[in-house]
Amino acid sequence: MEENNLNEMKEMILKYVVKEYVDDDDVTIKYDTPLISSGYVDSFSMVSLLVFLENKFKIKIPPSKATPEAFDSVNNIVALVNQYLNK
Amino acid sequence: MAEHPSYDELTAGFSWSNAEKELEYSPGEIINIGWHCSDRICQKGNAGKIALYYEGFGGTEKSFTFNDLRLAGNTIGTFLRNQGIIEGDRICLFMDRIPELYLSFLGILKIGAVVQPLFSAFGDESLFVRLENAGTKAVITQKKHLSKVRKIRAALPNLELVIIVDTVKPSELEPGEILFSLENAVPVEKFEVCPTRAETPSVLHYTSGTTGQPKGVKHVHYSIISQYLTTKWVLDLHDDDIYWCTADPGWVTGTSYGIIGPWSLGVTQCVLDTGFSAQAWYRFIEKYRVTVWYSAPTAIRSLMKAGDDLVNEFDLSSLRHLASVGEPLNSEAVIWSGRVFGKQFHDTFWQTETGSIMITNFPGMKIKPGSMGRTFPGITGAVLDPVTYTPIDEPGKAGLIAFRPGWPAMMRTYWRNEEKYREKFVNGWYLSGDRSSIDNEGYYWFIGRDDDVINTGGHLVSPFEVESALLEHPAVGESAVTSKPDDINMEVVKAFITLKPGFNASPDLELEIMNFIRKKLSPLAMPQAVEFMDTLPKTRSGKIMRRVLHAKEWGEEIGDISTLEND
Repeated sequence: MEENNLNEMKEMILKYVVKEYVDDDDVTIKYDTPLISSGYVDSFSMVSLLVFLENKFKIKIPPSKATPEAFDSVNNIVALVNQYLNK
Repeated sequence: MAEHPSYDELTAGFSWSNAEKELEYSPGEIINIGWHCSDRICQKGNAGKIALYYEGFGGTEKSFTFNDLRLAGNTIGTFLRNQGIIEGDRICLFMDRIPELYLSFLGILKIGAVVQPLFSAFGDESLFVRLENAGTKAVITQKKHLSKVRKIRAALPNLELVIIVDTVKPSELEPGEILFSLENAVPVEKFEVCPTRAETPSVLHYTSGTTGQPKGVKHVHYSIISQYLTTKWVLDLHDDDIYWCTADPGWVTGTSYGIIGPWSLGVTQCVLDTGFSAQAWYRFIEKYRVTVWYSAPTAIRSLMKAGDDLVNEFDLSSLRHLASVGEPLNSEAVIWSGRVFGKQFHDTFWQTETGSIMITNFPGMKIKPGSMGRTFPGITGAVLDPVTYTPIDEPGKAGLIAFRPGWPAMMRTYWRNEEKYREKFVNGWYLSGDRSSIDNEGYYWFIGRDDDVINTGGHLVSPFEVESALLEHPAVGESAVTSKPDDINMEVVKAFITLKPGFNASPDLELEIMNFIRKKLSPLAMPQAVEFMDTLPKTRSGKIMRRVLHAKEWGEEIGDISTLEND
């Protein structure tokens, strides 16, 4: 994936995570901020994040790959999505 | 290690009065959970012993001795009294698992007020119905949850005070909000503990039912008798143990066995306030040398999913005893834990209403993987025929799990809902709402709920509550909610909806509806799938037939559909 597209994807996912899951204005989420292990996104909410990714990028991520580790940062999520793009 | 007494030995001549004596309580005297969990332990010479090791996200570490608990309880209690809080007022704890949650719990009880712990991931509507029902006078919370409280505050006339325990600029405070920093407060040494009695209300936990709004389960200070003894015998806590209960105090396990049980015994416990990660959990056990671990099947299955290799990266040899609660523990998980930890998880069964463990696998008892175990000594249990409500004697035959009331931690009523409380009793039995069978050795084998309530990851979700919230979404015409199978959480919420004219089904709308419920109620209540339908199955009288949808999801026989409406 080209760098511009990659950056766009990262930014889009970051914005979504901040908008949907982070209530505290004082918290700054970066690309490598832990999301699941920090508790910003709980394991139940992870499902809605998965649906967002599948809808937005028209991909299907197998349940076995949707692990807390794979969702634990925007960087990890981008890596996961990349595996299933153009498949 | 001394051999454990057998089940029969513990049952023979059992009396709750033995636990009363151990806690130095005599009927009619003062009994106060806050005092018993802190001051009493100090008086017994353990003031300097660590009561709590806390670790937050990012590695923040704190520790508190039993004397710290005593002083913090006094300080918080004094602060609350100075704010006009009096005996019997309901004080909500709406926080993550930070030390202030645990310390405030004791402080509130020490002044005779009632603690109302609520899960901090609750959305504003879930929060509202519980605060309104309880007539809550004050909420103690963190800045990160303040926006949810502010959103509903105007509609809660009884809510006089919102106490924020972390940093908010004073200029940003709204009327009725006040800051309280335990770290900056002057510790209060001299304090008059409220002379609460056995039947004085202590904790108000909310639980979901099939119909109607969540019910406030009222417990009393005398509950400590059950919680103390079950912790001692079932969780097998000793003076030198390091105990970890993974439950959030927003739920009953997190208070009965995450606060009252261990601290009434003067045992050190640790708290990890982060999201779930198998690696982080193992590291935590290794770091604090956890000896007794009380967790939930959902977490255990998630650990299984993370693989055996990860277990071997950590030194978990400190683990001595493992127990589980919240939903049935499948036999695979029991066998797995025996293999990888060298210890099998001991399943326990109880409910918000029972306040303490009712059915259990004792240390020393033979474990039958997949069984919940036998009734705790002093508990009379049975499975009842669903028609006659009489005990079933035939081994292996399914019935309703029921108990004879009378144990100390039994709920005293549903808050402002005595009618619903009375409906829980038939022929002198308390009906748990769960079904099981009993084998010829007295072991209980769980079958499922006897109603439509969804047990997801050990937490009960009311389909009615989710259906009602769904109807508030502008696109939703009709809604029905049931469960669908899930490998990790046993079952999860699934919604079936019809759309109003002008709306079209789409993946984006599905996501919008999921997030709508997540924010309004909680992540637990969020449908993990939404199915758009042209019509919902209904009786001829127009009642939605949830069981038809449930049967479809679980691949079960639909049963009698003679009343199904024909379109």
